[in-house]
Amino acid sequence: MNADLIIAIPEISLFTLACLVLIVDAFSNDPQHLWTYRITQASLLLTLILVINAFPENTVIAFNGGFISDAMSATLKAFMCGISFVVFLYSYEYLKERQSLQGEYFVLGLFAVLGMMIMASAYSLLSVYLGLELLSLSLYAMVAMQRDSDSASEAAMKYFVLGALASGLLLYGISMIYGLTGHLQLSNIAETINSDAINRSYLVFAMIFLIIGMAFKLGAAPFHMWVPDVYQGAPTSVTLFISTAPKLAAFAMAMRILVDGLFPLVADWQSILMILAVLSMGVGNVIAIAQTNIKRMLAYSTIAHVGFLFLGLIAGTVSGFSGSMFYIISYALMSMGAFGMVILLGRNGFEAEMLDDFKGLSERNPWFAFIMLCLMFSMAGVPPFLGFWSKWFVLKELVASGFVELAAVAVVFSIIGAYYYLRIIKLMYFDKADSMTAIKSSKLMRIVLSVNGLLILFLGLTPNALMSLCLVALSG
Amino acid sequence: MLIWTPILGGIWVLIAGDRQEETVKYFSFAVSIITFVFSVILYCQFDTTYAGMQFVEETSWITAFDIKYHLGVDGIALPLILLTTFTTILVILASWEVIEDRISYYMCAFLILTGLMNAVFVALDAILFYVFWEAMLIPMFLIIGIWGGPNRVYATIKFFLYTFLGSVFMLVAFLYLYSVAGSFNIEALHDVPLGSTAQKLIFIAFFLAFAVKIPMWPVHTWLPDAHVEAPTAGSVVLAAVMLKMGGYGFLRFSLPITPDASLFFSEAMIALSLIAIVYIGFVALVQEDMKKLIAYSSISHMGFVTLGFFIPFAIVAATDSNSGAIMGMEGAMMQMISHGFISAAMFLCVGVMYDRLHSRMIKDYGGVVNSMPYFAAFMMLFVMANSGLPGTSGFVGEFLVIVSSYQASFWIAFAAALTLILGAAYSLWMYKRVIFGDVTKAAVAELKDINAREGFIFFLLAIVVLSFGVWPAPVFELMHVTVEQLIEHVLQGKIL
Repeated sequence: MNADLIIAIPEISLFTLACLVLIVDAFSNDPQHLWTYRITQASLLLTLILVINAFPENTVIAFNGGFISDAMSATLKAFMCGISFVVFLYSYEYLKERQSLQGEYFVLGLFAVLGMMIMASAYSLLSVYLGLELLSLSLYAMVAMQRDSDSASEAAMKYFVLGALASGLLLYGISMIYGLTGHLQLSNIAETINSDAINRSYLVFAMIFLIIGMAFKLGAAPFHMWVPDVYQGAPTSVTLFISTAPKLAAFAMAMRILVDGLFPLVADWQSILMILAVLSMGVGNVIAIAQTNIKRMLAYSTIAHVGFLFLGLIAGTVSGFSGSMFYIISYALMSMGAFGMVILLGRNGFEAEMLDDFKGLSERNPWFAFIMLCLMFSMAGVPPFLGFWSKWFVLKELVASGFVELAAVAVVFSIIGAYYYLRIIKLMYFDKADSMTAIKSSKLMRIVLSVNGLLILFLGLTPNALMSLCLVALSG
Repeated sequence: MLIWTPILGGIWVLIAGDRQEETVKYFSFAVSIITFVFSVILYCQFDTTYAGMQFVEETSWITAFDIKYHLGVDGIALPLILLTTFTTILVILASWEVIEDRISYYMCAFLILTGLMNAVFVALDAILFYVFWEAMLIPMFLIIGIWGGPNRVYATIKFFLYTFLGSVFMLVAFLYLYSVAGSFNIEALHDVPLGSTAQKLIFIAFFLAFAVKIPMWPVHTWLPDAHVEAPTAGSVVLAAVMLKMGGYGFLRFSLPITPDASLFFSEAMIALSLIAIVYIGFVALVQEDMKKLIAYSSISHMGFVTLGFFIPFAIVAATDSNSGAIMGMEGAMMQMISHGFISAAMFLCVGVMYDRLHSRMIKDYGGVVNSMPYFAAFMMLFVMANSGLPGTSGFVGEFLVIVSSYQASFWIAFAAALTLILGAAYSLWMYKRVIFGDVTKAAVAELKDINAREGFIFFLLAIVVLSFGVWPAPVFELMHVTVEQLIEHVLQGKIL
């Protein structure tokens, strides 16, 4: 077989299986879509195994420089598959409960995962763009899947228009870079820039378009306007999906473009990212305080977390990038748990969207109140939970690179952020419940969510393995 | 052992749940006794002639960044550990009948808190220390928030955010130190040479963390709120142990890591301490809520602690000898220990009255002695100790600090000595209004005197307060060598 194809086996198999799911679903009359769901999960597991099995020892570039297989891409892909697996599990429960199961959800989901995997492995600006569009188009459709819901349609429209704008900006930047350097492959671009043959100001101009496009996709302030609306308007199962695995892909994209491609311009993009980071942390944390809808609150918290993610990139060192990777992986795990809780508390005809729905949870269900407690303290960055280590890692690298003031600003914002996480704990533990409705959900969902929450605590007590993994993934 | 016994015990209690309330109580009590016994064993084996760390445990924890699970005790940490474990027994006894709601959570929170507090005192890795230091906030946050008074939510969030705000800067300082020294080992950090600007900035970062915790004026405002709203046992732990962590932080981090900056800021610190002692003393005088009064008196007493920590610089400048400096610092340590017992006793006294009448207002009482004679006797002793009467432990620390500060400047000593008057004034005036006088309210007349359990708690505390007051030598012996070494280290300076 062609050597190029062997490297891309996980992607190819996922693509084939996604098509299989599409066909199976078309011929199935089952309102539960049981087989669609099972094959989806099986294909994710299979891809996960393939990725881990073929964990690359050294960096291989394939498809004429369009595709790279290295430790970072493999690590990210493994997490994408694993996280998507849990996300689909939560989503299936959610959709089944509301009788709004559609096979397309899983098909689109799988294509989105494929897009993410391509983004993780993209080594030329075109394949970055290809992966990104595959991901984005799937997500637009997923947001809009509840056709009779006003808010979902509005969210999808907003997401699509702004997303298309962002893609346009990104593409414009790509075309300028191509025009200036004559290359699309990232390492060639870096070499050309290093040779100092091109006027730097043109390059910076092009780079700004690329960064704006990325900031849009990541939801960094001031390009964050779509995030709260989409998070709130989309069905919770889709919000859950959007807020987890695609963040890893967006991180991969930022790494590929900024580090692999534009590292010679590091001083320039550091200062731009600094502005974005401070703005994101400020806007995200301050506005989140005023929210009464938990999905919206978590949306603003995402914006704030993206700011923190940038801090690791700003450090501009390999270990700083590892810090960012650690941050985004732990964020995805926490976000998965938090939206999982929102799904768990809801039932048919009732969404536990408002903060007040968490009132008195410690009396209604002490165990899940405890899980939520872990998640919230973790997001606030209080030890001994995972979230503390992710902030710690990023800040440490930032200080090591000499940005002590920026680190001080970041911790101040994280204090402001702590307030709204504490408010949820306050609602759960200090307030009386309005109703004592028991939580209704399947055993599987309960177990997985419990494991999810305990994992946050467990990784917080022994963060060594995940940290080393992130360090190895980027230094290799 | 000291850390994990209570934590595991706490988790077991949580699992056992509310089904067997009695078992939960007895089990928690047993755990606290066992922990105390461990700490006593530690004390018996402690070598008082060695200044460095003893009983060191070291295993790798996060190898990627060379963060170690590194524990050890010295003469500064050990008295505080004994204080912590002793206080735990008291709080568990004190909540025996009072807490009816979710008792297993309650006991669990306190046991875990004890484990974490012990851990803070023994951690020798800066990041390990920080993890315990912050994690400690979680149980306290829940204790105040779930079992506190009517305004508990405001108080607990204020408490959490205030202390969190202070300590994150400490984290940044640790990270900076790591980038300089390449290690998080606290003992290694003590020997890192630093430039003067860096020292000043690090000192300020540490100051924010520890001054909030102690608390020093003007960052003390969370304390009255937290104390007033917390359940009795919460106030006891807060006053007896948590405040001491700020003091411990100054001794373990600020002074040895940034000695030159400490010298630079020592006058400001002395000034802030004096403001706390005198001004907060006056504030305490006008309080109408007993718990608030004790909270302010705590702040005022902790002013002595910070005064004792920073007066050595002034003493050495004035007399050129170390002996006065050592005396001042040991006095401050003694003050920490004795304040731990006395404030615990005072809060328990208020707790006893609150359990009966559900009011903390001074005006709701009057003539309590007529219905609760034994209680009144015990409270008399603790109030006297609080105002620094010779023969009680409260006197020893204050006296040493005042005498040593006299070597630095007459006026500092004079201002500090004012507190003996102020302390006596607000303590005794409160006592007079609450305990003496005619019984004017029917509710007061019907009060029942303390039962055996409460009597036992007070008895224990009374013994400790009196014995340290009459014969404080064991405590000094415990910390003397370590303090001596610390002073030498601090006075050397380590500017780059």
